Amino acid sequence: MGITQILFWFLSALALFSAVMVIASRNPVYSVLWLIVVFFAISGHYLLLNAQFLAIVNIIVYAGAIMVLFLFVIMLMNLHKSSEPKRNKWLNIAGVLAGGCLLLVLVAALKSAETKSSMAVMGTGDIGLIENLGKALFTDYVIPFEISSVLFLSAMVGAVVLGKKESSFRSEKESA
Amino acid sequence: MPVNYYIFLSLALFAIGIVGVLVRRNAIVFFMCIEIMLNAVNLLLVAFSKMHHANQAAGLANVGIDGQLFVFFIMVVAAAEVSVGLAIIVMLFRNVHSVNVNFLNRLKH
Repeated sequence: MGITQILFWFLSALALFSAVMVIASRNPVYSVLWLIVVFFAISGHYLLLNAQFLAIVNIIVYAGAIMVLFLFVIMLMNLHKSSEPKRNKWLNIAGVLAGGCLLLVLVAALKSAETKSSMAVMGTGDIGLIENLGKALFTDYVIPFEISSVLFLSAMVGAVVLGKKESSFRSEKESA
Repeated sequence: MPVNYYIFLSLALFAIGIVGVLVRRNAIVFFMCIEIMLNAVNLLLVAFSKMHHANQAAGLANVGIDGQLFVFFIMVVAAAEVSVGLAIIVMLFRNVHSVNVNFLNRLKH
């Protein structure tokens, strides 16, 4: 077993364990911290697959920006202690059972797929490097790239409009 | 690594996300579970792109690059989605002073 295999199994176990902890911890702040561990594990997988650009973007965008946004909102709303009321135990069990059944069905369906002998090459291949991705992004995919900038602009405007104080919004309407 | 392992890892992560959405009632944890599911799909797309690249006919250097660009665009859309979604949660909290999604029942009436 080479170092790549060991890293693969370690990162897989880490990702699965942290993902379980995200939904198991009662305190939302701990959920966010475990989620950051999940993102780092997945970035490690990207590095193993030699997709360096995606690994960096994953850390910067997810573990950096989005998680800070989550933490900020949790702190803003003062949700440190779990404010969640006790739920019916049977509903939880039913949820876990439903998810487990979905996993079972998907695994059973894909177990005998034709991909058994296919390998996802690790450590080699240069399609994941910034140079090649950038070339493709700015030639073949330049229109989706520009559209995504418009999407960001609209998301920003939407967030500002939604986050505005309701009372000031109403008084502006009335005065207008 | 056989691509099978990546398929099963992604399926497990996706199922964990589904269970989280079914079990938790906190709107913020909802969003985190959606992020887990998106990341499972991203991981699978990258693994398939590497598999496709390895199985290419010789001479085509860029086979499989589409998958990785798709992952990039998924990340872009996820970032926009989270910013708007968190704004909606803040608005919800301001109105009902809770982030329990059961309170959204009253949207029915």
